[in-house]
Amino acid sequence: MSLPEAYAKPVPVPDPDSAPFWAGCREQRLMIQHCDDCSRHQFPPSNICAHCGSGRLSWKQASGAGKVFSWIVVRHPVPKPVYVDDVPYVVALIELAEGVRMPSNIVGCAPEDVVADMPLKVAFKQVTEEVVLPLFEPA
Amino acid sequence: MGTARRPAYALKDKYAIVGIGTTDYSANSGRTVRALAIEASANAIADAGLRPADIDGIVSYNFNDSAPAIAVATGLEIPNAGYAVDFLAGGNAANLIVLSAVAAIEAGLADTVVCYRAMNGRSGFRLGGGREFQALGPTQYTAPFGWITYPQAMAMWCRRYQIEYGLTPEQLGNVAVTLRENAVLNPRAMQRKPMTMDDYLASRPIVDPFRMFDICLETDGACAVVVTSAERARDLKQKPVYIMGGAYGGGPQQGDDLFDCIRWPDHSKNYSHYIADDLWRSAGVTPNDIDVAEIYDCFTYSILMQLEGLGFCGLGEAGNYIADGHIRRDGKLPVNTHGGLLSEGYIHGFNHVIEAVEQLRGQSGPRQIPNAEIALTTAGAMTCGSAMILRR
Ligand SMILES: [Zn+2]
Repeated sequence: MSLPEAYAKPVPVPDPDSAPFWAGCREQRLMIQHCDDCSRHQFPPSNICAHCGSGRLSWKQASGAGKVFSWIVVRHPVPKPVYVDDVPYVVALIELAEGVRMPSNIVGCAPEDVVADMPLKVAFKQVTEEVVLPLFEPA
Repeated sequence: MGTARRPAYALKDKYAIVGIGTTDYSANSGRTVRALAIEASANAIADAGLRPADIDGIVSYNFNDSAPAIAVATGLEIPNAGYAVDFLAGGNAANLIVLSAVAAIEAGLADTVVCYRAMNGRSGFRLGGGREFQALGPTQYTAPFGWITYPQAMAMWCRRYQIEYGLTPEQLGNVAVTLRENAVLNPRAMQRKPMTMDDYLASRPIVDPFRMFDICLETDGACAVVVTSAERARDLKQKPVYIMGGAYGGGPQQGDDLFDCIRWPDHSKNYSHYIADDLWRSAGVTPNDIDVAEIYDCFTYSILMQLEGLGFCGLGEAGNYIADGHIRRDGKLPVNTHGGLLSEGYIHGFNHVIEAVEQLRGQSGPRQIPNAEIALTTAGAMTCGSAMILRR
């Protein structure tokens, strides 16, 4: 895969809480935190379970299946030079099968074709040498 | 609604807003934020019939886009500020800083406190024009996907509301058109050009479901108020506006910053749903008692959530409530009598407090709501926020 000369969009800066998530994306695996005490998943990751306060968290590979919870169509590019060639583009809050929500882009269909609860599946996209983003497309 | 968590408010009517001050609102002030803050604060102090030496507390909120409270205290030559606090917060704090002034006075940290918000919101740091363009901390999960601005964030909430309850472009447009009708009467408003529904529908699509006129103005300017005890207020120049009650809070899973709504359970309800019980109980009144409501309107949609959250109408009913004319100046609940953040200007919600005080003093000129006795002010649109109930 050839990469663009200079990728101008924001790239995620992993931190100690998020490093396993972004490392998973590089391996095309969608990794989600799982609480060993209350058995619920959470996203974004944290050092503590947002449901029960437990610190006993592990990482599990998500199925990559989800559905549209909400979405927007960005038509006015901000910052303009960065997104002028991308508009209109779709950002969605995606409800994963594991019960957490994750923001991402919906690709592979026209913005007009996005509907609530539309089934989606993850599709990884390498954007720089270091960074692979989890995008979603119609399932 | 949420469940009241605290005992009944002990401070009802014990404190008052006794002075208000503003600068001009513009798209390019040509002045430092510090200068704007000092001018608005000095105007508020003079309005109260006080001198800076009478002030011993100062409190503000900002996003690293303002002058710190101590810098403003220095500029005003306040001799000894016993309470000087800067909240790192968005418009959600507009009422919280007034409540914190009350708390400081009650605690004996100060007697008379000036509260301000100053910003070069158009010519300087633009909250609406794109946040810091980076993807770390909470934004690592949003910015890489081109989800960067507050209009984009709130449009995501609005779409979910559409999914759950239905919402037409005209229902959002009613908010913008109604507020513009009020702004036409307000000499301080930045946008006084009459707006029709056709104008609204023809305005540029920014981020579906929002058009240009769903989004508030970006503004340079400052607002300030002076807070003191009801006892001291009786001797001052203006008729006191008493603080009946107030609340600050949010619901579960508020996220890691103001933009973050990834975990927020229900995007058709914002903070207002969760503070409603505390707010009404604190003041001992109900929605039916409100004569004028200055409701945080960074976007048209945020008004719908707050009308429902605070109990002015049922969940999913705000679109029809507004279409029925209830929020117009001749309706049962006049909303944003100055034109709001959408048409007066965006001093980050603090201009709502100014407008409420002017209405309760009967000083609003052609836009005065007759016999306004009790006012609501709200601040915030997403997962946390604050509100107050004021009376004349
Ligand atoms: Zn847990």
